[in-house]
Amino acid sequence: MTDLPILSLSIWVPIVAGFLVLCTGGDRNAPLARWLALAGSIAGFAVTVPLYLDFDIANGGFQFQEHLQWVPAFNINYHLGVDGIAVPLILLTSFTTFIVVLAGWEVIQKRVAQYMASFLIMSGIMIGVFSALDAILYYIFWEAMLIPMFLVIGIWGGPNRVYATIKFFLYTLLGSLLMLVAFIYLYHQSNSFEISEYYSMPLDLHVQVLIFIAFFMAFAVKIPMWPVHTWLPDAHVEAPTGGSVVLAAIALKLGGYSFLRFAMPIAPDASHYLSGFMITLSLIAVVYIALVALVQKDMKKLIAYSSISHMGFVTLGFFLFNPLGLEGAIVQMVSHGFISSAMFLSVGVLYDRMHSRQIADYGGVVNTMPTFTAFAVLFAMANAGLPGTSGFVGEFLVILGSVQVNFWYAFLASTTLIFGAAYTLWMIKRVYYGPVANAHVAALTDINRREFLILGLLAILVLGFGIYPHPITEMTHATVSQLLEHMALSKLPTL
Amino acid sequence: MSNVQSLYIWIPLLPLIAAAIVGLFGRQLPRASAHWITIAGVAAAFSLSVCVFMNALDGHVFNGAVYTWLTSGGSQFEVGFLVDRLTATMMVVVTFVSLMVHIYTIGYMHEDPGYSRFFSYISLFTFSMLMLVMSNNFMQLFFGWEAVGLVSYLLIGFWFKRPTAIYANLKAFLVNRVGDFGFLLGISMVLYYLGSLDYAAVFSIAPQFADTKVTLIPGTEWSLMTVICILLFIGAMGKSAQVPLHVWLPDSMEGPTPISALIHAATMVTAGIFMVARMSPLYELSTTALSFVLVIGAITALFMGFLGIIQNDIKRVVAYSTLSQLGYMTVALGVSAYSVAIFHLMTHAFFKALLFLGAGSVIMGMHHDQDMRNMGALRKYMPITWVTSLIGSLALIGTPLFSGFYSKDSIIEAAQFSQIPGSGFAYFAVLAGVFVTAFYSFRMYFLVFHGKEKWMQSGHHAHEQQHAHHDEHAHDADHGDSHTDDEHEEHHGLGPHDKPHESPWVVTIPLILLAIPSVFIGYFAIEPMLFGNYFHDIIYVNHEAHGAMHMLAHHFHGAGAMALHGLTSLPFILAASGVALAWFFYMKRPDIPAAIQARCSLIYYILDNKYGFDSFNEKFFAAGSRFLGGKLWHYGDVKLIDGFLVNGTAHLIGRIAGLVRRLQTGLIYHYAFAMIIGVFLLLTFFMKI
Repeated sequence: MTDLPILSLSIWVPIVAGFLVLCTGGDRNAPLARWLALAGSIAGFAVTVPLYLDFDIANGGFQFQEHLQWVPAFNINYHLGVDGIAVPLILLTSFTTFIVVLAGWEVIQKRVAQYMASFLIMSGIMIGVFSALDAILYYIFWEAMLIPMFLVIGIWGGPNRVYATIKFFLYTLLGSLLMLVAFIYLYHQSNSFEISEYYSMPLDLHVQVLIFIAFFMAFAVKIPMWPVHTWLPDAHVEAPTGGSVVLAAIALKLGGYSFLRFAMPIAPDASHYLSGFMITLSLIAVVYIALVALVQKDMKKLIAYSSISHMGFVTLGFFLFNPLGLEGAIVQMVSHGFISSAMFLSVGVLYDRMHSRQIADYGGVVNTMPTFTAFAVLFAMANAGLPGTSGFVGEFLVILGSVQVNFWYAFLASTTLIFGAAYTLWMIKRVYYGPVANAHVAALTDINRREFLILGLLAILVLGFGIYPHPITEMTHATVSQLLEHMALSKLPTL
Repeated sequence: MSNVQSLYIWIPLLPLIAAAIVGLFGRQLPRASAHWITIAGVAAAFSLSVCVFMNALDGHVFNGAVYTWLTSGGSQFEVGFLVDRLTATMMVVVTFVSLMVHIYTIGYMHEDPGYSRFFSYISLFTFSMLMLVMSNNFMQLFFGWEAVGLVSYLLIGFWFKRPTAIYANLKAFLVNRVGDFGFLLGISMVLYYLGSLDYAAVFSIAPQFADTKVTLIPGTEWSLMTVICILLFIGAMGKSAQVPLHVWLPDSMEGPTPISALIHAATMVTAGIFMVARMSPLYELSTTALSFVLVIGAITALFMGFLGIIQNDIKRVVAYSTLSQLGYMTVALGVSAYSVAIFHLMTHAFFKALLFLGAGSVIMGMHHDQDMRNMGALRKYMPITWVTSLIGSLALIGTPLFSGFYSKDSIIEAAQFSQIPGSGFAYFAVLAGVFVTAFYSFRMYFLVFHGKEKWMQSGHHAHEQQHAHHDEHAHDADHGDSHTDDEHEEHHGLGPHDKPHESPWVVTIPLILLAIPSVFIGYFAIEPMLFGNYFHDIIYVNHEAHGAMHMLAHHFHGAGAMALHGLTSLPFILAASGVALAWFFYMKRPDIPAAIQARCSLIYYILDNKYGFDSFNEKFFAAGSRFLGGKLWHYGDVKLIDGFLVNGTAHLIGRIAGLVRRLQTGLIYHYAFAMIIGVFLLLTFFMKI
């Protein structure tokens, strides 16, 4: 391992780059802001690469640890570290930031520097969430992430952005407050904000249940789980393309990741106790939300609902407590990062040209945009979980894992094969296929080189991890088995 | 041996590489390179498959991994190949038919703007199908299974401007997904109970679970093997278009004819048959599952045949005949005659591809008019197409000595000998099916190749009809900014002064090459495949429980004797009378069919609506899902969660705030009043103590 503080660099390089971009000022310097942001995002990605290269896959614990005292009076530390679950998500974050900068290149014409800076800063903050090992540090990153996202939707968003941002903000803030209460309780018990300290602390079942519910409120909103999901479609619809991409690709994963980092290992008995409840909510997300997605008229809303349905697989996989389910869930998180980004970027490509997200305004796009349609169909197939794409891997593993717990869980989860294909391909049929629907579609021009590069990169990743998902699961093995071992032991205080 | 093994990976890979090159760079490359590159890829795959086949004939079996896809929870998922005689047979059939179709496509699609796209898709299909048949585990099988489904989706919707085509491809994909839903559950049950997804490991451990029971619904016990086999077979029902998941296949005829031959007749739709034959060690453990397979197959064989009788679109007749023949194969699986099913799969691949390509040649000759009522006497104009189609039809109806005779008669006899529940019905169905098959096949044959030259009289009328269709497309094209992609569907039917013409050699050569095995393959292959040890150690049959195959071998005395005996047997008499009736109805007395149609309007109505499957699915499943989704969204998300809980909370807070705000009036005397009252209350409270 190198001596460089790789995690600190991963967090602060994009943030510093973000502030530098802000310094370019108004839109007179927009080209400079763009290139600076691009350089920042590439640097931000580059510093995370060693996390993959130097990662010790045999070690299930925290690696690349950094430890500094911060507020000694309350025993708060600047403590960073990552395990096999966090690393793939960090790489996903830094990669997505690069994609987002590129996607906003000429699309964003006003307040360019501020737009680019928001995403760079957000990237650093989210990497902070994935690598913090101190509860307060984590909490600060977690809440800080809301601010740039709030600005992105509120400034560059659509006509109904005020409602969407306030809804997004209050929804997530409300959940997070209960998490803070849980942290304070845990601090009182242990006199520490060290997360690993909480792992070994015995807790009564009713305490665990309360802690679990407090965490649940924070994380379930973020993922989002049914029934606290309704902020997401509104936020997506109003957000600019880049905002949607970050929201779907990374922000949702913060919730999933946090279940694995906090709720499950801190309250393992409560997790088992409430697993039926969690699985029920997950399956409702898979089936109910898929049906809801079927009737959406707005493409972004449809993809937003599809995201919720796919995240149902993540939470389902978590609470099966077997390696297939858990690793499937992690793969699903990473894969969904690529696929949902690609789907939102595709809508963005159309929206930039037609300024409409309504399915009914389209038809026969293939006639004027054949190359783009090839990408769109590929990503749609990945979204429908076609084998050979990354979308298949996670769902496949989770279904294999769920049949081991209960046949009917697998039965309900597998309905995604039908409904997932139905809502995705029906949209494809109405938007892309058929004769040219109207003069606007007839005037469309195919994707330019920048768009081709973005979609092409994502296509390579979607296919690459579909054909060879081994690198992701390999990283997670040790951590997952360690987590499952931990989960199998009761934390109830011995009398 | 080892140098043969290193070739295996290239067999699927070469078509994939060709597909990728043509698919990615098709627009930059010259047009002809599209077919040269893909044909080179498939021809290489075919030659290598023949090598592998020869190698397998010597008894070599290869079973090994290529790479580890992933590992999780102690299970290892690998991509690997199992190459034995079953696989090698399928590989040769798939690559041969694919090669024929590639060559044929040069002629059939030569005007189409999507020329290179088409070649890319069919090469991709060849790759997917090879991955499916060469797999040594369930995961890769599922990969191939869905990948062929994807290519089928792309190809049915190849002419993406046609509303009917893009409806049909969505339908095909979704119906197949219903099958895959069962298939995936079956696979997950296999992994959970049998501990592996590797064929060899699963087959060796399966007998230990023969008596295992599982409780899926509390209070009921099911045999594990029955559950697994039926779930897997649901997948086969989707892919191999068995009732009630058959609905997608007739609509798939919206795709160009070469792929109807390759995908929707010869290869992809037989994947389900192949899969069940491969899984014979599992199916042999459950007579219940076999009965289920048998009954589904019998229903498909007979009732889909009936639908072939009333079709007027030449491709749809062949499509329904494919459905019916797939039913025959499924019947063979049900009576544990797996080798017979594979045998029929092989002969059918040749003669059905021949019939489809022949139909395509006719369609080209008729300038893309598919209505048989406008055809007639084409034998004078298209002699090669005529002869080869006749050969295909004779093979299909089971004329002794032709390939179809050997495979189909074996199925009928196996059904006769079988003792498992449902075999009586199945025997009746396959026997009656012979008559139906002969009738619709020769109805088509006579209408197309014999009789009067109807395009001369009805041509004008038909042209008008097609014109409406044509206008629709022209209209669409007008909206487009370019007319370069005017497709060849723009000219439908023959003009009043046109004459049909024989197709170019790229079309007729594949017809001739397919006609040869359609005649001879049965005679040569029956003895080794069915009664020799060709499938020894590959297909497992429990002869004590399911003795049909044993009885069949007992009654077999050589291919020549079988043909001779066939001339006096019931199936041949039925087939001959079917042909005779078709001749009488459509050549001699064409007024009779119309009269029957008028008399039996109810039967005609039922058949015309395809037993109502389509409208039921459309009204119940499709509209039902949309209805349910709409209601859940409106009442669940919009009204309850957002309206009542989320915004309701916001309103409630607003309301409370509104009430509380009134207390803060800002008027001194209000506050003073409240203070005095408060002091008074406090005093009273404390003074009491």
